[in-house]
Amino acid sequence: MNMKRTLFGFVTALLLCNAPAAHAALKVMACEPEWGALVQELAGDKAQVYVATSGLQDPHHIQARPSLVAAARNTELLVCTGAELEIGWLPVLIRQSGNNAIQSGKPGYFEAAAYVHKLEVPERLDRADGDVHAAGNPHIQTDPRNITLVAQALTQRLAELDPANAAAYKARGDDFLQRWQAAIVRWQQQAAPLRGTTIVLQHKAFPYLQQWLGLVEVAVLEPKPGVEPTSSHLSEVLAGLKTKPAKLIVRAAYNDGRGSDWLAERTKLPVVVLPFTVGGDEQAKDLFSLFDDTIARLLKAIVP
Amino acid sequence: MSASTRLVAALAAMAMAQGSAWGADDGAELQRLRTQLQELQKDYDARLKALEQRLQRAEAAQAAQAAQAAPSAAPPVAAAAPAPAVAAAATPPPVAAPATAATSAPTAANAFNPALSLILSGGYGSFSQDPQTYHISGFLTGDEIGPGVRGFSLGESELGISASVDPWFSGSMNLSVESDNSVSVEEAYVDTTALPGGLRLRAGRFLSAIGYENSKHAHTWDFVDAPLVYQAFLNGALQQDGVQLSALLPTDRFIELGAGLGAGGPYPSSGDNRSKPGTATLFAHTGGDVGLDSSWRAGASLLWASADGRESDAYDAGGTATATQFSGTSRTVIVDGIWKWAPNGNPQRTNFKLQGEYFWRNETGALTYDPAAAAVTDRYRAVQGGWYGQAVYQFMPAWRLGARYDRLNIGNVDAGANDANLFLPGYSPSRATVMLDWSPSEFSRWRLQYANDRARYGLTDNQWLVQYQVSLGSHGAHDF
Repeated sequence: MNMKRTLFGFVTALLLCNAPAAHAALKVMACEPEWGALVQELAGDKAQVYVATSGLQDPHHIQARPSLVAAARNTELLVCTGAELEIGWLPVLIRQSGNNAIQSGKPGYFEAAAYVHKLEVPERLDRADGDVHAAGNPHIQTDPRNITLVAQALTQRLAELDPANAAAYKARGDDFLQRWQAAIVRWQQQAAPLRGTTIVLQHKAFPYLQQWLGLVEVAVLEPKPGVEPTSSHLSEVLAGLKTKPAKLIVRAAYNDGRGSDWLAERTKLPVVVLPFTVGGDEQAKDLFSLFDDTIARLLKAIVP
Repeated sequence: MSASTRLVAALAAMAMAQGSAWGADDGAELQRLRTQLQELQKDYDARLKALEQRLQRAEAAQAAQAAQAAPSAAPPVAAAAPAPAVAAAATPPPVAAPATAATSAPTAANAFNPALSLILSGGYGSFSQDPQTYHISGFLTGDEIGPGVRGFSLGESELGISASVDPWFSGSMNLSVESDNSVSVEEAYVDTTALPGGLRLRAGRFLSAIGYENSKHAHTWDFVDAPLVYQAFLNGALQQDGVQLSALLPTDRFIELGAGLGAGGPYPSSGDNRSKPGTATLFAHTGGDVGLDSSWRAGASLLWASADGRESDAYDAGGTATATQFSGTSRTVIVDGIWKWAPNGNPQRTNFKLQGEYFWRNETGALTYDPAAAAVTDRYRAVQGGWYGQAVYQFMPAWRLGARYDRLNIGNVDAGANDANLFLPGYSPSRATVMLDWSPSEFSRWRLQYANDRARYGLTDNQWLVQYQVSLGSHGAHDF
């Protein structure tokens, strides 16, 4: 009897606690910092942005922490990379959030990778090949031309979700794209000397950057995608570099540096730690400085 | 268009020429002009026909291209070779078709198949005491306790099937296949996905959300076996056949409240033929981050269960078992907490986990000792408790070291006339465990575990376990 009454009171309290909260700005949760920065560019103060991960975290391996579940509960738009990058944690957040607006397929669920052409789409799917993504390589943010495509789609989505501010999103979007195109022209001019530079990668995190700037991948330190470099594989890479030399070793800020440092010590090649996303290093404060810094670091490494 | 304009212009010029020719008045001249005009007409006819044909060919080609491009429309920009195109960059690239269009393969009959996952596990056990007589002194437990069997054994193979049902529900099932070839439904439930206000309703059979480890499947445990408190108080884990409602509050801090109702049957309730629920739960969880490196979750839960002839074996000092039946009410309080640490919140290289739970249980009712023979029935009041604490440290990628300590408190038991029958020593069952595991990928894990188990009065059991666990198919993301 007593139990029943407690239960009833408890459920009533639950329902009362759930009165919808009034809000001014559109609540946006970005899975990765680059999309948080993009929403900031496109929406300004029209959106309140929560970024789920930092530039020093591996976006493949995030724990579905209580803080992230709470943020997903209160968000109106989820902006993520998709292409299975967040498969290890995002489904839990969406499920536990109990937030109908951000379920897959709803307007509140935005997958950036859906709007770009993906590279490295595997011919076969077998876990024996390591951590492969069926939809292709998800690290699309390293080519600014992909950012353009995502920005166009995201502007439309923001206007759809928040029609009252549609004109503002359109204006900010146009302004951003104009500045972005100008920046791309500038970056391509700056990066011209990088064309054809041979590189060794820690993780296959930069195929889009390589394609954009014409960098040539010679070897990868991870024996299979997502598998930490092993000493035997590192020795193979070292031997292979004698016949196919490289100029740089490239890794993302979130990667552990041991494998690349080991190789750098033996080959005397410079290691370039790229920010990979906004917040990956101190210089990469927004999308523009992310590419400024990425190109500056690469150029610095090839100038003798 | 331009061809017809030119034709008109030519005809006009012709007419003008004719006009001036009239003045010249010469039949031969007129004839010459007529011939010229006819030739011009023929010429333009031919040109028009050619143009028409070219247009038709172009249209046909375009249609064919569009038909081909539909399944794999490659947006030109990203796919294009990286030309040093300053000009190309200056013009904004066109928006690519959304993924739905870009990846729409022909729909096959199996396109809507649910996600399938399979966990295979097994191992080897060596115990200094007979695991078949495993019991926890002073506790009337269910029958699914103990460290397993000696020698090689196949662990439980877990088959998981899940998918969205429609825009409002999702469904999931977990089948457990035991080494004795018996199949049991561990979970089979429907979840709502479209309730407002952060509410979620689950109906079916499910692992209750009470405590921390209760809702975790065995393959996500950090040790081979469940903590002693789970074995003693919940017979492993509380499974409910019923409904569970939970709500995530719209606060910045994670606060989840919930309640569940289930049929009688699973320990500590017992089966009966009533429509009243046999178990009811209330739970609250909260959690957050401390800086970039740390995150935590804490919770409190209440479990109320009704037992009607719940069967347990009571062990005497010599380890001889006698059947008992308990009827009455069982109330359990659980307090749980977990703290996780990873440098920069990046657990890939190193991470640390500290976890603990405290159980307190109050059971009141009547106990029948040895119902088949002596059948002594009298009051039974037991206030018992226990806790465990464990730490797991990943000291390098793929390698983890863990330690756990379990302790139970027999507490105050008033069994009336059965006080003499029940063996209630002044003894605290305990267990100390260490483990080392290696996970070459997220999908496989090999574990070595040693436990010094003192659950049985006066006996020390040295337990060595080797375990493997692999995951096949689409393996869902794990909870915190």
